[in-house]
Amino acid sequence: MPKMNLSHFEAAILFALFSSVVLGVITKRTDADRLRYGVRCFAYFVIALIGLGWLMKLGHG
Amino acid sequence: MATNVKAQAAAPPARGWYGPVFLAWLVPGGGHFLLKRPGRGALLLASVAILFLLGLMMRGAMFQPQTGDVLTTIIYCGGFLGDLASGLFYLLTVWLGYAQPDMAGHVHDYGTKFLVAAGLLNVLAMVDAYEIATGEKE
Repeated sequence: MPKMNLSHFEAAILFALFSSVVLGVITKRTDADRLRYGVRCFAYFVIALIGLGWLMKLGHG
Repeated sequence: MATNVKAQAAAPPARGWYGPVFLAWLVPGGGHFLLKRPGRGALLLASVAILFLLGLMMRGAMFQPQTGDVLTTIIYCGGFLGDLASGLFYLLTVWLGYAQPDMAGHVHDYGTKFLVAAGLLNVLAMVDAYEIATGEKE
């Protein structure tokens, strides 16, 4: 089994991507709504990731 | 009489949900394939499989159920259930000896979380398969 090293950012982006795909697939009733919801979830994940990252950086001084 | 007819028309058709839900647990997306939703099944399968494989490649650890104080019980039993929810991926990993011991390091820690997250996403897929099988959803 090959070994993989991911940074926190890369791991969080991958997690956000696949979670958004699943959330999009299971929540809405039409394909257009699923796509829109999945993209919106991914955007929210990324915004939260960058926002919390900055918050921790500023909090640490 | 008319009320009875209306109530029968509104009720979802009674279909067997055991098979699709069991298959959805065993093979992520399998319930959707069985219920003739191959596109959604393929997306679920790909998402859960890739997340699980990334977790394994990051040398994430599989949880073993442990009891003790409340926090230990919740973390280890909950983590074990999360791992188990990946179905065949979990079973093959354990049977073929790919389960890693718990190691210190942030990458291993992310891997452990990826493995649990893959199982939890499969739980969502199982719920979706149940709703489709019972006619609550298309």
